[in-house]
Amino acid sequence: MSDSKETDGPNALDRVAIISAGMSGVPARVNHSLTTDDDATDLAVAAVDIRPSRKRPLGLILAPIGIIALATLLWIYYRSLGLDSGDNFQQASALDWSVKLWPQTVEQVSIALWSTVIVVLIAVPAGIALTRPALRRYGPAVLSIANVGQALPAYGLLVLFLLLLGQGLTTVIWALVLFALLPVLRNTMVGLDGVDKPTIEAGRGMGMTKLQALIRIEIPLAVPVIIAGVRTAMIINIGMATLAFLIGGGGLGITINSGLKLQQDPVLLVGAGLVAIIALSFDWLGAVAERYLKPRGI
Amino acid sequence: MDATSMIHLDRVTKIYPGSETPAVEELTLDIHKGEILVLVGPSGCGKSTTLRLINRMIEPSGGTILFDGEDVTNVNPDHLRRRIGYVIQQIGLFPHHTIADNIATVPKMLGWDKKRISSRVDELLDVMGLEPSEYRDRYPRELSGGQAQRVGVARALGADPDVMLMDEPFGAIDPITRDRLQNEFLRLQAVLGKTIVFVTHDIDEAIKMGDRIAILGERSTVRQIDTPERILALPADEFVDDFIGSGSTLKGLHFERVSGLDLTTYPTMALDDPVESGLTTLQASRQEWLLLLDSERRPVRWLRAGDLKRGVSGKGLLQYGQHVRSRVEENATLHDTLEEMLKSSTGRACVVDARGRFVGAVEIGHLTEVIRRLRDEAQAHYDSLEGSS
Repeated sequence: MSDSKETDGPNALDRVAIISAGMSGVPARVNHSLTTDDDATDLAVAAVDIRPSRKRPLGLILAPIGIIALATLLWIYYRSLGLDSGDNFQQASALDWSVKLWPQTVEQVSIALWSTVIVVLIAVPAGIALTRPALRRYGPAVLSIANVGQALPAYGLLVLFLLLLGQGLTTVIWALVLFALLPVLRNTMVGLDGVDKPTIEAGRGMGMTKLQALIRIEIPLAVPVIIAGVRTAMIINIGMATLAFLIGGGGLGITINSGLKLQQDPVLLVGAGLVAIIALSFDWLGAVAERYLKPRGI
Repeated sequence: MDATSMIHLDRVTKIYPGSETPAVEELTLDIHKGEILVLVGPSGCGKSTTLRLINRMIEPSGGTILFDGEDVTNVNPDHLRRRIGYVIQQIGLFPHHTIADNIATVPKMLGWDKKRISSRVDELLDVMGLEPSEYRDRYPRELSGGQAQRVGVARALGADPDVMLMDEPFGAIDPITRDRLQNEFLRLQAVLGKTIVFVTHDIDEAIKMGDRIAILGERSTVRQIDTPERILALPADEFVDDFIGSGSTLKGLHFERVSGLDLTTYPTMALDDPVESGLTTLQASRQEWLLLLDSERRPVRWLRAGDLKRGVSGKGLLQYGQHVRSRVEENATLHDTLEEMLKSSTGRACVVDARGRFVGAVEIGHLTEVIRRLRDEAQAHYDSLEGSS
């Protein structure tokens, strides 16, 4: 249990570290003409201009190119299988685009999206509440409950929810909510706790109410860390949605499973390839969100 | 409290839950309108706590706080704080807001209209020596420490509060910039005349910034509260004396100027005067030294009778006697004058006017006399206080 806590934490926080490292990689230029007064000591306070540039980092441009290349390769491979020829009925039926692959893709994405949305709606307010002085002492307890969700084997968790809620898409979504709760909850708490205390004190000292300080200072400054957690949750959910078929939740897991059972490698490959493309696309969207939802100036 | 009181603390006490001894115990303090009162004391004496009790960042456990005669012990603390400027050592600028938005924080909360806010922001940036067009839209991370604290002060002045609380505002800034910010702030305060409570642990900063200084001991008890001059001249007790540290007499010399002294006159002669007349003046004056002046009446060398009897005159005299090493102007502080005197081999400093012409000389006796006078004055002040109470 504690092991899982250790492995996930750095994962989410590493992302933040990587982003900030990218920011400081912007070349700094020294500007000597910043101050207008005439004292000689101005040389001593000549500021280093570290204005962050809004240029897109290379990775954000390269990732979609790679994803498109992968999709093209998969499409060429798919066409080369000659499914229309009628030679391999099993293959043709398992890989039928409009009957199997497309609906499964939609299921896969909606499972991941819905579970992530619900996770955010639960974990962010909970994280905010648990960092308020009145509820702070419950933080560790709630975190360890959220930890259970992630520590349980995914299969076990799905079966547990199957027993509780029966078969279907909703069951999968709720199971994934529990599974992906931890990174968002913890990043929300870590993000809010990480906000520079004097900054909050300065705001309160100028007469901001607690709510104003939360909305205008704490949350905006915690946004990068929170989004990193949401991104992690999203990736977990995209991957986990592949197991949805186990309890009748649909998704591309069906195709992959058919490929395994029928020993049809092309079916397996197309199914896995689609999952990979979806996962990479969402990870890219997450990176874009991290970059553009981050408040300016930090 | 009297009519000049802006903030009045009456037996204000703070006891933290779970603690036996109070952090601040029955503190009664009067802060006059338009003064800088410096709270100074060793770490952990409760000076910051005291400051934060005034704007109720910390709620007092007992006592009353009057604000311009109004009891603010029970008003909404958020509204109270919007009337008080607050500057902290860590500055605490909002990194995600532009400089202009940072400064506009309180005006926005008070609902000023946009035009008024924007002209106020420009005005404050200007006052702080930061060109508005250049700095308005920047973010705090682009500023140096000194610039950031200027914005911090500008932000505290945002809604033009009557009172400012400053918690070691220049504590984290390098010495050169700190000195400069202190001077700038004193210049600003001379114009603005805010009522300021200033916390520091640095006695030198307290002496420099304070109109009055309150030296606080444990539990924020006032050990001595007075002008820096009087505290330096006559520390109330051993605690205060220890806290001021060695050199309190020396520090007191910062407040006295050469112009207040009765200077010693010395016989002088110009370079082109005949040596004989110089010798006559020297003998008539009964002084040991004569001061040789150049054609502009600027001091050049100290000469003794023996030097004048060598039979040389004019420029030849320049090889003899002592070179005049220390010159001070009349508005110099006695502290700087003493420094000059120590550099001089004769132990005295020549006082010159703005054009460098000799006016008189300062001797060590002048300084000891001033020090004695300061102490006597302080003593008389305290005696009269005791007599009247």
